Amino acid sequence: MGLFNFFKKEKKKNTANLAKERLQILIAHERTDKSQRSPDYLPKLRDELVEVIRKYVHVSDKDVNVSLEKCDDFDTLELNITLSDKVD
Amino acid sequence: MSKVIVVTSGKGGVGKTTSSAAFSAGLAARGHKTAVIDFDVGLRNLDLIMGVERRVIYDFVNVINGEATLKQALIKDKRVDNLYILPASQTRDKDALNKEGVESIINELKADGFEYIVCDSPAGIEKGAFMALYFADEAIVVTNPEVSSVRDSDRILGILQSRSKIAEDGGSVKEHLLITRYSPDRVEGGDMLGMDDIVEILSIPLIGVIPESGTVLQASNSGNPVIMDKESTAGQAYEDVVSRFLGEDIPLRFVDVEIKKKGFFQKIFG
Repeated sequence: MGLFNFFKKEKKKNTANLAKERLQILIAHERTDKSQRSPDYLPKLRDELVEVIRKYVHVSDKDVNVSLEKCDDFDTLELNITLSDKVD
Repeated sequence: MSKVIVVTSGKGGVGKTTSSAAFSAGLAARGHKTAVIDFDVGLRNLDLIMGVERRVIYDFVNVINGEATLKQALIKDKRVDNLYILPASQTRDKDALNKEGVESIINELKADGFEYIVCDSPAGIEKGAFMALYFADEAIVVTNPEVSSVRDSDRILGILQSRSKIAEDGGSVKEHLLITRYSPDRVEGGDMLGMDDIVEILSIPLIGVIPESGTVLQASNSGNPVIMDKESTAGQAYEDVVSRFLGEDIPLRFVDVEIKKKGFFQKIFG
């Protein structure tokens, strides 16, 4: 190492370290994000359920609510259908 | 027993096709019957990198559609025995590839005695990339020491772990990290992510580090897999990758800064 490098090093930024830190935070975030996100099939499941229910009762799209909740060692698939009071 | 290996990355331009060409040529040169398949439908380039572009008559999609037999479409390499190339189609039809078609081709190759089937994935996470990795037993994830490439590699690793056939059946694809375009000088200078950092972030085993080298461009210019250039550092590094893949335990080369002789004044003033 040269004599001047000793002083120069102080000023020079180590961008590789910065890259590593940013990636570690980002990737940790993206990995947890993915495991918590609702599965891809939920919207389609919901649409198909609405279709089946419509064969028997009249419900609008917003009356059917499907959600997946993660508990410690099991998942709950919750299906909520609001039937209107109106008699057809 | 045949093995299906996908060469993938997520990001484009990191060296998937260069690596597929070198890796498959290296396996074949050691006596293993190897097929390399280009999955980049619509943008085929493996044929060009391997120097067989003028010998393409039938392609991957022709075989899937029954317009040609696999034997007719496979191009036998003239330099290396045991090496066969299956080019991609130039069709713009996105649905040209399907699971059944790809599976039947892979099964036919296995029945024909191919030991290694290397699948050169297109960039992205669309259908072509998905088809390339779906039947894989092992994956070589090509990564550049650069933030966007590392992030995309992590995405592809997630897809390998959740959407490949092995993963669907409850198993896991064996993953290998291949770092390409590595410059030890720039790592030392703090401008480039070091290989240890990349391994730490992605946490998969390293199969090799290919140094940045002008010979890679020269090799693609002339249509020869860079592994055939025995003088070049990149070619030698690919040889090491093949050795490690086949189970040899050998140290990494070309990952440290070359010690250059400095003059007296350079030594003092840096």
